[in-house]
Amino acid sequence: MLEEFEGHSEGRMRIKCRVIVKGNDEGEALVTKQPINFLTMIDLKSGIVKDEKHELYKKNIANKVLVFPNAIGSSVGAYSIYALKGSHVAPKAIVCIKADITTASGCAIANIPLVDSPESDVFAIKSGLKVKVDALIGLIEM
Amino acid sequence: MSPLQLTSDEEKALKGEHGDALATAYRILLAIGEATEAKKLVPIKWAHVSGVNYNTIGDSGVEFLEKLSKDGRVAVKTTINPMGFDPVKVNSLKLNKEFIAKQNRIVSAYDRMGVTRSFTCIPYEVFDLPSKGTDVSFAESNAATYANSVAGLRTNKESGLSALASSLTGKAPYSELRIEEFRKPNVGIKVNYELDNEVDYGLLGYFAGKVANNSVAFSGIENLSKRNAKSLSAALGTSGSCGMFTHGNAGETIEFGKEEARKIRDELHTSEKGDVITLGSPQLGVDDLSLLADMVHGKKFRKRCLIFCARAAYESAKNLGYTERIEKAGGEMLCDCCTCLTPLIDRSEVDSVITNSIKGAYYLNNSNKVGVCLKSLKDIVREECE
Repeated sequence: MLEEFEGHSEGRMRIKCRVIVKGNDEGEALVTKQPINFLTMIDLKSGIVKDEKHELYKKNIANKVLVFPNAIGSSVGAYSIYALKGSHVAPKAIVCIKADITTASGCAIANIPLVDSPESDVFAIKSGLKVKVDALIGLIEM
Repeated sequence: MSPLQLTSDEEKALKGEHGDALATAYRILLAIGEATEAKKLVPIKWAHVSGVNYNTIGDSGVEFLEKLSKDGRVAVKTTINPMGFDPVKVNSLKLNKEFIAKQNRIVSAYDRMGVTRSFTCIPYEVFDLPSKGTDVSFAESNAATYANSVAGLRTNKESGLSALASSLTGKAPYSELRIEEFRKPNVGIKVNYELDNEVDYGLLGYFAGKVANNSVAFSGIENLSKRNAKSLSAALGTSGSCGMFTHGNAGETIEFGKEEARKIRDELHTSEKGDVITLGSPQLGVDDLSLLADMVHGKKFRKRCLIFCARAAYESAKNLGYTERIEKAGGEMLCDCCTCLTPLIDRSEVDSVITNSIKGAYYLNNSNKVGVCLKSLKDIVREECE
């Protein structure tokens, strides 16, 4: 099974990961190595990153597969993730390096598929690339 | 597949057999349990919940809490964070009706669930503490950090939702900062100059949050006062994911000197002056009000000065005569609310704010979008009073 999931097969790249919140979705990747404070850094009506110091400044997380290390700061960030869903501008799926309590609890009630601990370097994924997250078996495909 | 083992009763609750609210709560606990690699849930004695101010949770938050409050009831002592305004003074505050109505719906929902109407971000100062080592679930990053580091309690850095899930179930995943081994710091910070005031401790905390993950050890700040510990905890919780500090050394050591402090200050000190002064974030407790009353006795603030405090602290301070001195000096005391995401500071009316809170400075800059002039309380009284 392992071999089948790793590296290129049929021209597709597959990365195994851990399932935190179950689900299945796909979208364009939006990748950052910087952590995110969902309460202060994202405009919750539009999904646009409004923190000018963040490398995703002016990028929109709506309907993307958001790849980032973990959330930081406010404990209310979990509600912010839920608010993004309410405004229909939430990411389709989230990939963390190490999922944290804020992201996990926000995704749990917003029904956003969440995976973490990818077995190979997800920062190598180029933003804009079409990515499929299978958060049932724990697989990122592109 | 799942390493988290639920009891058969917990499984039933997850499936909705004990009602919708408990199903939601267990869904949250399951997700955070998976994320933090817990193997089981353990009982907790006290939950402190954030997500009360309408400015922080918005319309979807109001609807979520109303739905949850249909059949959700607290299973353990539950205290809650500040709301958006002081309900006693609401008529004299310039707030729009929609904000007030939505804030009231949030308060009613929490009320139905059976919480204690504490509206405070310093539960560790307002309520008696359980014995050391007790498991609690504290959202509100300053409270979680203070609980772990100073009060000797055990909590992960909970989210508003995870603390609420703990409140309704009386349980939390046994993971991370609840486990002795995990509480050992993996980064040490050596402070190589003498910190003078609460702003310095805040700068240190903000720096530490950026470089440490779970638990950090400080050396060079051994005699930490409660006031400085509050400032440090609040700043630490703001900039990162670290939820605990200890004193001493740890494997990897990073230096914190005047240059590091200056860099953080440059990031947060965005104005040389301010139209309004705010004190609080965290809210002021009785001791803070006692100190302030002494400092401003016989003086007068030249500017509007908002002082955010816990109502329980305000009532005690009133009986002790502190509030009279502060109000005579022109201080405007507000209970049940705080600086962070306050609707009382709006950039249509205020360009910049003077504060001694690093946490407050971060949120005023990034959420309220006003300039911030950082000054210690001592300097505020010296320079802004006559």
